[in-house]
Parts: sequence; C-alpha cells; structure tokens
Amino acid sequence: MNRAIEFTRRNIRRTPFQALAASMVMFLTFLALQIFVIMAAGSQEALRYFESKPQVIAFFKEGTTNQDVSLIETALHQETRVTSTQFVSKEAALEIYRERNKNDPALLELVTANILPASLEISTQTPQDLQPIAEILKREPVISEVIVPQDVVQTLTSFTKVIRVTGGTIVGFLMVFATLVILMIIGFKIRLKRNEIEIMRLLGASPNFIRTPFILEGIFYGVTGAILTWAITYAGLWYFQPFLQGYIGEVKFLPVNPLFMMALLGGSLILACFVGGIGSFAAVRRYLKI
Amino acid sequence: MILFENVSKKFGATIALDDITLEVKQGEFVFIVGPSGAGKSSLLKILTREILPSDGKIKLGNVDITKIKTSEIPQFRRKIGMVFQDFKLLDDRTVFENVALTLEVQGKSDEEISKLVEHTLKLVEIWDKKNLFPRQLSGGEAQRTAIARAIVGKPDIVLADEPTGDLDPKTAWGVIQLLNEINSWGTTVLMSTHNQEIVNSLKRRVIKIKAGKIISDTKEGKYE
Repeated sequence: MNRAIEFTRRNIRRTPFQALAASMVMFLTFLALQIFVIMAAGSQEALRYFESKPQVIAFFKEGTTNQDVSLIETALHQETRVTSTQFVSKEAALEIYRERNKNDPALLELVTANILPASLEISTQTPQDLQPIAEILKREPVISEVIVPQDVVQTLTSFTKVIRVTGGTIVGFLMVFATLVILMIIGFKIRLKRNEIEIMRLLGASPNFIRTPFILEGIFYGVTGAILTWAITYAGLWYFQPFLQGYIGEVKFLPVNPLFMMALLGGSLILACFVGGIGSFAAVRRYLKI
Repeated sequence: MILFENVSKKFGATIALDDITLEVKQGEFVFIVGPSGAGKSSLLKILTREILPSDGKIKLGNVDITKIKTSEIPQFRRKIGMVFQDFKLLDDRTVFENVALTLEVQGKSDEEISKLVEHTLKLVEIWDKKNLFPRQLSGGEAQRTAIARAIVGKPDIVLADEPTGDLDPKTAWGVIQLLNEINSWGTTVLMSTHNQEIVNSLKRRVIKIKAGKIISDTKEGKYE
C-alpha cells in the first residue's frame, strides 16, 4: 500500500495542473453540497424553533383578572393539541420589550407596563393545531386579539422543502459531473502512461499494483476538494457569524455546533471517497486493459 | 529449461511461427537470427506470455506457460528479464528509479531496493549516472540501464530483443560483453539480432528462423 501511495503521489506531482483542475471541480461540488446541507440544517432549526415557540398568542383586554386567565389555561390544558401555555404579565412583557430594545433608549422612554397587554403563549403539537386553538381563544370575551404565526411556519416548511429538493437536484447533478470529470482525468492519465503501464506489466507488476495508484488518485481529488470546502465553509461561518445572526434572530443555529461540522466533514469525506473512487474505478475499468 | 514443442502462431492468415520445436538449457546463450518478420519477436513474446501460441506447448522448467492462469502471469514474468531495442526506459524517472521499478513491482523494501540497485548499477558501470534521466544518457548508457533493470531482480532468463539495433558498433560490443558476463553467472540469455559481426564473433548457439520456421540450429554457429 505504501508503494501505491508513493506512486499516487508521484502521479499527482508530475501533472499538477490536472490535479488542480480535478480538485477544483471537487471543491465546487462539495461547496454546493455543504452550503445546501448547512442551509437545510439552518432552516430545519428555524422551523423547529418556530414550532417549539408559543405559536398562538392571545392578548388580554384591560381589566382581565388572574382568575380569568387561570380558567382559560385550565381549559387549554384539557386540550390534547396543546403542549404548554405561558402567561406573560404586563410587567413581564415590559421586561421582554426592554431587553429587545435595550440599544434604543428612545423606544424605551415611551413605553410603560400599562400600555403593553398581558398575553398567553400557547404551544401546540403540530402547526395544524394552531388555527383550531386560535378559534377557541377568539370566543373568549376577555381576549382582545389572537395572533397565529402559522404563515411563518408554512413559509419555512415550504422553504425547507425547496432547499432540500433544489439542493438535492443540484448536488446530484454536480456529483455526476464530478464523477465524469474524475473519469476523464484518470482516463487521460492512463492513456498518457500507457508505456509505463506496459513496462510495469512486463516487469511482473500485478494488475492491482498498476490499478491502485489511479484509484487512490481519484479518491485523493475527492478528499482534497471536500476538506478544502469544509475548511472554507467553517471559516466563512465563523467569520460571518455576527452578520448572519442578525438575519436568523433568536434561532439557535450559530455558532454552528462543532459536532454538526464534524459530521458534515465525515459525510463529505465518505461521499468524496465514493465519487473519486467510482470515477477512477470506472476509468480503470474503461481504459486500463491489463 | 525452455522447451518449445510444435509451437505455431497465426495472426489471422499470417503465420508468425510454424511448428517450432526447440530446447534451451539452463545457462545457455542463444542467438535467434533471421530477417525482419521472420518470427523472432513472436518467439520472445510467447515466452513472456504477451501472446499465446495458436498451437503447441511451451515449458519453462516444469511449467507449461500456455496453461498458467492470468493471475499467475505477473509472478511468472518476474523470472524473466527483458531488454528491448528501444530501451523502454521511463523518461520521467532517473536511472536509479528505472532500475528500482523492477523491484518495486516485486514488493521489495526500500532498503533492499537501494542495496540491489546500487549493486547492479555498479555492475553495469553506470552508478555515476544514477541521478540522470534517460534523455541525458548516451545510447550505450541507456541500454546498460535497461540491462540493469532486466537483471536486478535476478531472473532465470534474460530475453534481449535486438538490444544492439540502435547502437553504434563499439557501444553494441559493450552491451554484448555485458550480456555475455551475465550469462557467465548462469543466467540463460536469448537474444534476437541482425548483427552478423556480433553473432559470428561470439561463437554461441545460433537458431536461424525464416518465415516462422527454424531453418538451422547450430552450436557455435554463424550468421551468414
């Protein structure tokens, strides 16, 4: 195996531009893959966030007593579709408001607890349960307004689906493209080295001795592309984290979990070995007749 | 050691070898002579299992080489060293690396390779050229490198297919003396050639082939 690695190293070193071209194609393929995976994971996380957050918010009228709130909460707890409820008093609402607008003193000056309504945040089992619960709440005389952020969840669900389908299609296409590029490059190298192959054959080299460096070369290009992409993606996520955080708000996705990034690297490496291996193996089968 | 029994080889309608029967003993030096297209190269290619005969048996020791499995061919070829008219050296490797290739394909360790290549290059007197590439060598040096590559694995047989064809007479003599020396260690040498002067001077066994047939086989023969 050491000898095969040495031969692979020599093959790559002696044709640096082909090696660069193959690695760049793999880099682009894995860049697309990793970006789509991160986007899919991010949107999934956002979806989970919105699904786990109180999705129906009922605002109480002025003068609502604690007893009114308790009655509504008790009634809701008997609903199997409701997973939890949380009462937010006027004071608590003011705290939340202050926390969210702590960098804007002008907004803080104008607001007191009196102008903020008390509310009840209700989580449901599924997004489909939101509307029926909202309807129940709307019938309550002490409730002034009910907000159902169902459209956010629906948009996110569609967005996640689009990312998965589009990403899957583009990545699938790029994988096939990368495999063909590896096949062509390794095939070209086999043709370029036919004298060497012929000499090795006559010297008593086994077919595996001749084939293995070509297959390892294909895998090398895949692995190089995957590692390079991963490093750049990770660095990019880290560098742009403050900027991205502004977009995703309270969704807990950044900083990206290192375990997620390790899994992404592991998955990319497996896929890289597969794509590089398949491309070079196909080239060996097609062009290397021993 | 080598036994051809009624060996024929046809390429379509062309008959390359026609009912060849011959025996070569261990340690012999045999010239195979004849005009171009006589079948000399086919004979050597059959011996290395590059091609299979259309008919007949070829034995190397006790092994019928027409019957060895494809997977056994690499192992079999390691018993044979080959020297070609056009040297067949790898242009992107140094003299040392070209010779080392024989041992690399055999799976020898780096240490062993270094020792054996050094020994062989000193033997063929090109140790001082070890770091040069083939394009930097003269014809004689290139052929010595090819011979070193052929013998470094200590083969039982050396097959030389017109090894002096591209060399001037003086350099050709140097190569022949080297092959003669290799033969003196007990290695069987089969050499195809057109060079009358060399054949006649060396006074070794000469097998003359014409149109695929052996037309003479003489000890200490001549090529006229």
